[in-house]
Amino acid sequence: MKQTVSIRGSAHTDLIHDSAIKHVSGAADYCDDIAEPIGTLHAYFGTAKVAHATINSMDLSAVRAAPGVVGVLTAEDVPGVNDVSPTGRHDEPLFATEKVEFWGQVLFAVVAESRDIARRAVELAKIDYTPLPHVIEADEAVAKGYPHVTPPMTLKRGDVAEGQAAAAHRIQGHMRIGGQDHMYLEGHIAFAMPGEDDDVIVHSSTQHPSEAQHMVAHVLGVPSNAVVVNVRRMGGGFGGKESQMNQFCAVAAMAAKKWQRAVKIRPDRDQDMETTGKRHDFVVDYDVAFDDDGAIQAVDNTFAARCGWTSDLSGPVTDRALFHADNAYFYPHVKLQSRPMKTNTVSNTAFRGFGGPQGVVAAERMMEEIAYKLGKDPLEVRKANFYGDTDRNLTPYHQTVEDNVMPRLVEELEQTSDYQARRKAVLEHNAKGGIIRKGLSLTPVKFGISFTATWYNQAGALVHIYNDGSIMLNHGGTEMGQGLNTKIAQVVAEAFQVDFDAIKITKTTTEKVPNTSATAASSGTDLNGMAALNACEQIKERLVRWACDHFDVEALLVEFAPNQVHVGDQTFTFGEFIKQAYMSRVQLWAAGFYKTPKIHWDREKGQGRPFYYYAYGAAVAEVSVDTLTGEYSVDRADVLHDVGKSLNPVLDKGQIEGAFVQGMGWLTTEELKWDDKGQLRTHAPSTYKIPLAGDVPREFNVKLADWSENRELTIKRSKAVGEPPFMLPICVFEALGMAVASVADYAECPRLDAPATPECVLMAVERLRG
Amino acid sequence: MQTRSHITFLLNGRTIEINDVGADDTLLDFLRIDQRLTGSKEGCAEGDCGACTVLVGRLTAAGLVYETVNACIRFLASLDGCHVVTIEYLGGPNGRLSAVQQAMVEHHGSQCGFCTPGIVMSLYALWMQHEHPTVTQVETALQGNLCRCTGYAPIIRAAQEVTNFGTPSAEHLTTERDSVVAALNGLRDGKRVEVAKGDSRAILPADVDDLAAVLETEPTATIVAGSTDVGLWVTKFLKQLSPAVFIGQLDGLKEIAVTEDAVTMGAGVTYTEAQDVIAEHYPHLSDYWDRIAGWQVRNMGTVGGNIANGSPIGDTPPVLIALGASITLRKGANRRVVLLEEFFIAYGKQDRAAGEFVESITIPRVSTGHHAAYKISKRRDEDISSVAVGMTVQVENGMITTAVLAFGGMAATPKRAAAAEAALVGQPWSEATLVAASTKLPEDFQPLTDMRASADYRMKVAQNLFRRFWHETNGDTARLASA
Repeated sequence: MKQTVSIRGSAHTDLIHDSAIKHVSGAADYCDDIAEPIGTLHAYFGTAKVAHATINSMDLSAVRAAPGVVGVLTAEDVPGVNDVSPTGRHDEPLFATEKVEFWGQVLFAVVAESRDIARRAVELAKIDYTPLPHVIEADEAVAKGYPHVTPPMTLKRGDVAEGQAAAAHRIQGHMRIGGQDHMYLEGHIAFAMPGEDDDVIVHSSTQHPSEAQHMVAHVLGVPSNAVVVNVRRMGGGFGGKESQMNQFCAVAAMAAKKWQRAVKIRPDRDQDMETTGKRHDFVVDYDVAFDDDGAIQAVDNTFAARCGWTSDLSGPVTDRALFHADNAYFYPHVKLQSRPMKTNTVSNTAFRGFGGPQGVVAAERMMEEIAYKLGKDPLEVRKANFYGDTDRNLTPYHQTVEDNVMPRLVEELEQTSDYQARRKAVLEHNAKGGIIRKGLSLTPVKFGISFTATWYNQAGALVHIYNDGSIMLNHGGTEMGQGLNTKIAQVVAEAFQVDFDAIKITKTTTEKVPNTSATAASSGTDLNGMAALNACEQIKERLVRWACDHFDVEALLVEFAPNQVHVGDQTFTFGEFIKQAYMSRVQLWAAGFYKTPKIHWDREKGQGRPFYYYAYGAAVAEVSVDTLTGEYSVDRADVLHDVGKSLNPVLDKGQIEGAFVQGMGWLTTEELKWDDKGQLRTHAPSTYKIPLAGDVPREFNVKLADWSENRELTIKRSKAVGEPPFMLPICVFEALGMAVASVADYAECPRLDAPATPECVLMAVERLRG
Repeated sequence: MQTRSHITFLLNGRTIEINDVGADDTLLDFLRIDQRLTGSKEGCAEGDCGACTVLVGRLTAAGLVYETVNACIRFLASLDGCHVVTIEYLGGPNGRLSAVQQAMVEHHGSQCGFCTPGIVMSLYALWMQHEHPTVTQVETALQGNLCRCTGYAPIIRAAQEVTNFGTPSAEHLTTERDSVVAALNGLRDGKRVEVAKGDSRAILPADVDDLAAVLETEPTATIVAGSTDVGLWVTKFLKQLSPAVFIGQLDGLKEIAVTEDAVTMGAGVTYTEAQDVIAEHYPHLSDYWDRIAGWQVRNMGTVGGNIANGSPIGDTPPVLIALGASITLRKGANRRVVLLEEFFIAYGKQDRAAGEFVESITIPRVSTGHHAAYKISKRRDEDISSVAVGMTVQVENGMITTAVLAFGGMAATPKRAAAAEAALVGQPWSEATLVAASTKLPEDFQPLTDMRASADYRMKVAQNLFRRFWHETNGDTARLASA
C-alpha cells in the first residue's frame, strides 16, 4: 500500500534548527559546559603590555611561586615548533621570544589549580622591555615602509590609461573602512585531555578542527594521528574561529601532556578581543573614470589593509577584497592592487565576507561619487554599470559572469520597496530643511562562492545506518548557529526518505572525517551537503543492488518511499528493510566525498575561474539622521536575496536578517579604537558596541528570490548564504550619506568613512555645512 | 545585634544554605561551577551581554517580585533571602517548554544558541509583566541582551507571540508563588549576616541602623548596592573587595517619599524601582531613564550607587544636579545634607568620609520652567554616554531668571557649565540666546578624547544640544523618534 504522506524535514522545507529546543532550555552544551574531570587545571595567557618592543628579560618567578600555580609555559617549553601560522609561513610564534610585535601578544601561559588563580598569577610577571616605535594604521604602515605580511596581488584587464583618456570625468578619493570584532557570544576556549603515548584530545570552539589538529601536532612535535579535535557546536564563529583557536588549542594540549591532567584555557572577553584577530581595516585609494551617463570607463584602486603582526589569512583576505572590488559592476579597464600591510596590531583574520565587504564598499563609494558628480540618483548609476549577460560580463580576474540575476533582482526590489516614490518623499522632506534629515539607498551585492584556495573546495562525510534503521550523520563541517547540521540532515532525510528525526547529528571530530576544510567561505552546506549525499547514494546503491538480488526484482521496482521501502509488491518499513539488509551482510555505512568542479585559479597571472558561481542580493534602506547630534535610526529596510533553491527557507531568512544587522553594526556603531600607545581600547561589549534589538530597522522586510535556482549543479540547486547578505546593509551606510549630503543640497559626495558613528555623521554634516 | 554566619536562598526548587561565601564570589560561578547549572553562560563578565541572565525573586513592599539580573556581576552573598531562577527551571516536567521557550523555537529565535538562555529569561520576565508586549517594550526588555547571529528580528517576533503558546497564570513560577512567598518569609530572621571564605568577608547588615553601626567598625569596607560597577572591579580588575558590606537587601534604603516640595528616595532604590516616580514627577526624564544601561542593570543598579560611585560619566548626576538634588550622608547617628553638585570634588574624590554612606537622595519637584535631559552615545541603548546633560531654565516675562546646565562626560566630574549659565541669565529666552550661551561652553569644559568620542565631538554635540533644547521647548521636532 503506497502512502502519499511525505517525510518530516525534507529538503526545501522550513524546519527548526536541530538544536533549537536545547538552545532555549540551556541544555545545548558548549565547550565550557563539558563536565571537567577531577584535577582539571586551568591555563591563562600572560600578554605583552606594549605595542612593539625588544624583550630584555622575563622574570616569571613570582608567577611560578603563586599558591595554586602548577607551572608556566614559555617558548622554551614547546616540544615541537613554536609556531601557529595557519598558512605555513612560520611567522607566528605561539609564545614571543625576543620581540613583542603588538599589545596583547602572548608571552607565556600559566597553569594553575583554578582559572581565578591563573588569571591573578599572570599579573605577577615582571617583563623588561625596550620599546620600539609602533605603527597601527595601514596607510601609516605604507608611508613608513613597513613590509607586506604576504605577497600582494594585482588584477588587471584592459588599459587603465586608455580608459581614463577616453572618459569625460575622473574622481580620485580615499576612504577608510574600519575593522570589526567578531564578538561571538562564546569566546575562545580549548579543553585538552591527555591520552596514552603521544595522544591528546582537544575540545575546542573552532570552525576548523582539522587545522587545530595539525597545529597542535606541529607544536607538540607529534604526527597528526595522535591528536583528536572535537567540536559539537560553537556559540558563534563568523570567521573568528577559523585560525584564531590555534594558540588556545596548542597551549591546552601542551599543558595537558606536560602535567598529564585535563587542562582548560578560556580567556576573559578582554583577552579574547586583545589576542585574537578581527576583520581587516582598509584604506582604499580609488581612481574612477566615467562618462556623462555615469558608465565607468576605468578603475585604478589600491587596497591597503591592516593585517597586523603576521600573515595569518591576510593573503586570501586581501585577495578577496580585490575579487569583490567590482561588486556587480563591469569595469572596461581596470587595475586593482592589494597592499597587505604589516602593523603592530593583533593579526587580523577571517570575518564573514573575508575581505569581500571592503571591496564592495569601495565599489559602492565610486557609484556614489559618480552620482553626486553628475547629479543623478545613485541607483541609476548602479544600473548603468551592472554586468551584462552576453557582453560586459568579464570580471577583473577574467571570469565570465554567467549567472547574472542582478537586473531582475534589483528591478523587483525597486518595485516592491516602492523605491521611486519613497525617494521623492525623502527629497521633499529634506527640502523643508529641518533638523531631522532622511536618506534612501538601494545597493546590490554579488558575491563569489568557493574558496579561492582551490584545494579547500573538498569535503567528506560519514553516514552510518545502524541495523535498527537509525542513522548517524557526520561530516567535516562545523555548527556555529548557521543550521548546517539541520540542512545536511534534511539532505540525508530526503535521500533515504526517512523523517528528519531518524537522523542523529554528531559532533564534528577529526576522528571521523579527516583533512576537512574550515567551515568558512559560506561553503559549509555546498561542500559537506554534497559529500553527505554522496555517502547516502553509495549506501542506497548497495541496498538497491542487494534488494534486486534478494527479492529478485528490477532496480526500478525498489523505491525509497516516505519511511518505507517498496520492493516489487512488498512494502517494508525502513527499519525492517535495513534489518534484512544487515542480516544479508550489506555494508550499511559509507564515507562520502566531494570536490567542487570547474574552478581553477592562477594567482600569478590573476586569471581563472576562482568561483563556481555567484550569489546575489539587493537591499533598500531608509534612515533618519539628527543633524544636531549625528544620531540616526534605520526606519525601514527591504531585502531581496538570492539563495538559489533554498534547502530551508526559514533558516536562510535567519542568516540574511542576522547578516544584515551584523553588517549594519560594522558600518555604523562598531568602532575599534587604539590609543597612542598602541593598546586596543575597545575590547569588551562595554566599549565595543554591536547592534541591539533597538537598532534593528523599524520595518524590516526580508524576502528570498524564490524564482532563483542555481544554474550550477550544487546541492539541490541551492546557493550559499553565510556571507553574501553581510554586504546588504551597505545601503544603510549610503542612505546615511544621502541624509548628510542633503545639508549641502547634494552638491558633493559626503565621503563618510566607515563606521559611520554618530560622531562621524555629525562631523560630516559640520564639514559639509562649512 | 544577632548574627548569622551563612546565607540561605532558594535556587530553582531547592533551598541552598552555605557558609563559605567570600565577598567576591559571583552568582554565575556558583551556578556554573558549584551547581553545574551550565545553562547560564558567561559572555562578557561585565553585565553587558546578558548571556548569564537569571531571575531573582525577592519580597518587597509590593510582594514577591522577579527581576532579571546579570549573574556574572551579581555577588552570591547578596542573594540571601532571594529566589534565584535559572533557565533550567523554566520548563515543566518531562522536558515541556515554557511558552516563552516554545515561541522562541517556533520563531527560530536561536541560531548559535549561546545568548539564548539569557534572552529567554529576559523575555520571560517581560511576559510575566506584559502578556502582549509592544515592540518598544520588547526592545527595552532586551537592552541588556546581545545576540550576534539572528539580528533580533525573529526574537522580537517570538516575544510578541508568546501568548499563543500559553498564559502566565499556568507557568509554574505563578502557580508556586504562594509557597515561594512562604519560603522566603521563612528565611527572614532579622539578623545581620556575616559570612567569609578564607580572608574574604561579606557583611549583610540587618537594617539601616545596623549598616551605620557596621560602617563605624569597618570604615574602609566596600559598600555594595547593585554591584553593577563594583562587580566589574572583581571580574575585570581582579580586585578583592573584603570586607564588603551589602546594602541592596535593606528595605529601609528602598523607601520613596513624595512631598509637596520634593521626592526623596533611599540610596538603595534601583533605577527600575524609581522609574514610575521619576516618570510621574519628572516627565522629561522618562525616556532618558530607559536609556540608562540595560534592563538587568536597571534592576540591580541604584541611583545612590550611581552617585556615590563618583564616576564622571554616570547617567543620573547631571540630570539630578540640574534639578537641584541633594543627598543625605550618614555616619553613625549623624546626618548631613550636601548639594549633589558639591558632592563631586575631583576625579575619584567625593565629599564622603570613611564610614559615611549615602542614605537618601532628595530631588526638588518641578512646577515651572523648561527642563531637558539628553544622553548622547555611540549606540542608543545600553551604552555609556559620550555626553549627558540636564538643563533647567526658569523664564519670567520672556527673560531667563535662572539656568542650571549640568554635564557629564565633559570633565573629570559631573559639572555645571558656569560660563554658559551666566550667558543665559538675564537674557531673553530665544534661540539666539541659547546659541550664544553654547559658544561659552569651551570656557567651561575641555573634554577628553577617548574610545567613546573625541573632544571635538563632545564639545560640538554639547553645544548643539542647546539648539535642541530651544526647538523642543517650542514643540519642533528636534530629535529622532527613537532617541
